[in-house]
Amino acid sequence: MSYRSNADLGGQDGHGAVHPEPEGELFHAAWEPRVLALTLAMGATGLWNIDTSRAARETLADYGELSYYQIWLAGLEKLLLQTGAVQADEIVQGRVMQPALPTRSVLRADQVAAVLARGSPTARSPSSPARYSTGQWVRTSAVAPQHHTRLPAYARGKRGIIERIHGAHVFADAHAQGLGEQPHWLYTVAFDEKELWGANTGRRQSTVSVDAWEPYLEPG
Amino acid sequence: MHGPGHDPEHEHEHSTLSPLELRVRALETVLTQKGYVDPAALDALIDTYQTKIGPRNGAQVVARAWCDPAYRRWLLEDATAAIASLGFSGRQGEHMVAVENMPEQHNLVVCTLCSCYPWPILGLPPTWYKSAPYRARVVKDPRGVLEEFGVRLPETVRIRVWDSTAEVRYLVVPQRPTGSEHLSERELADLVTRDSMIGTGLPLQPRSSSAGASP
Repeated sequence: MSYRSNADLGGQDGHGAVHPEPEGELFHAAWEPRVLALTLAMGATGLWNIDTSRAARETLADYGELSYYQIWLAGLEKLLLQTGAVQADEIVQGRVMQPALPTRSVLRADQVAAVLARGSPTARSPSSPARYSTGQWVRTSAVAPQHHTRLPAYARGKRGIIERIHGAHVFADAHAQGLGEQPHWLYTVAFDEKELWGANTGRRQSTVSVDAWEPYLEPG
Repeated sequence: MHGPGHDPEHEHEHSTLSPLELRVRALETVLTQKGYVDPAALDALIDTYQTKIGPRNGAQVVARAWCDPAYRRWLLEDATAAIASLGFSGRQGEHMVAVENMPEQHNLVVCTLCSCYPWPILGLPPTWYKSAPYRARVVKDPRGVLEEFGVRLPETVRIRVWDSTAEVRYLVVPQRPTGSEHLSERELADLVTRDSMIGTGLPLQPRSSSAGASP
């Protein structure tokens, strides 16, 4: 089975026009905020991490047909089943039939403000010096990994320049697979439009960057 | 097509609950009865993002940067600390970078892989930001996307697109509108739209200005 992210959309054609919405337009059905809140609250239990949950969502087979909060709902149900926190028939019937798994914590209402304000910083102490410095040319990996990754397909195998260094951060690829944090240096790598999309880009006058962990990069 | 609930139009107040609404309620019941979630915490989470955390936070940051050169420098050097000094920090804004628009460069933020967005200062992302058209196209045709937002930039302006692929979150600091010299910091904040802090819009023009208003 090969790993396929259905969420890696950058550079794809055929998606049509963007439909702007006014500020404050957040939800389009009453169930949507409940799914948001359930997802955030379940994140606080420690049964999975944010990278595991991104992997669960992006591998939904029908990702492209679902609305945003339908993706979150399906991703949440998938994680609940995968971890054994909930059984399929419990979801269908809406009643408890199996005992709960032990969890790290349960988010209480009076903790919400403090927990959100604290967040989950991903910066870690680096175990080695940064391999690259700003202004240096690098080439991104051309390989499509068989697991969750954060190097978009459009930026694979491309030559770019290190623009910023963000310190060492939890490595999403490892973290999503349950392999621990394995922090690596994180860089902003900028690419010229011609490198990404070919020579026929006269009108665009643009530069695109991604944030890339060191294992994604080779000297270029 | 997948499952129920594809037609949110039918979810008006007089209809019976949609299959999707029922599915979410059943899930919430199970998760609550298992002790995984506290319904009061769910209400508090929703209230926070509906009433407390939104783009007016970011507007305060931008207005301060427009008024206070030392704050602007701090924001550009260490956005996480500078933003936290105004009381905004935490989830999905743990590591902030502020990028400043200039006459020759316009910044634009996207997350092509999912929906990463600086929650503490902009709140929850709008639907279009999370949608396939924006995520697919803005890296390849930023000018075309900007035109759909009514923003036309001169060909001489370079467009700098920041794809938030890790846990760094980006705030665009738009250019202060001309003719806004007489405004207070609070009045300036009213000119700062959500879209101008993502890069898909420009700040509003001061009312007394004769310059063309932007939407």
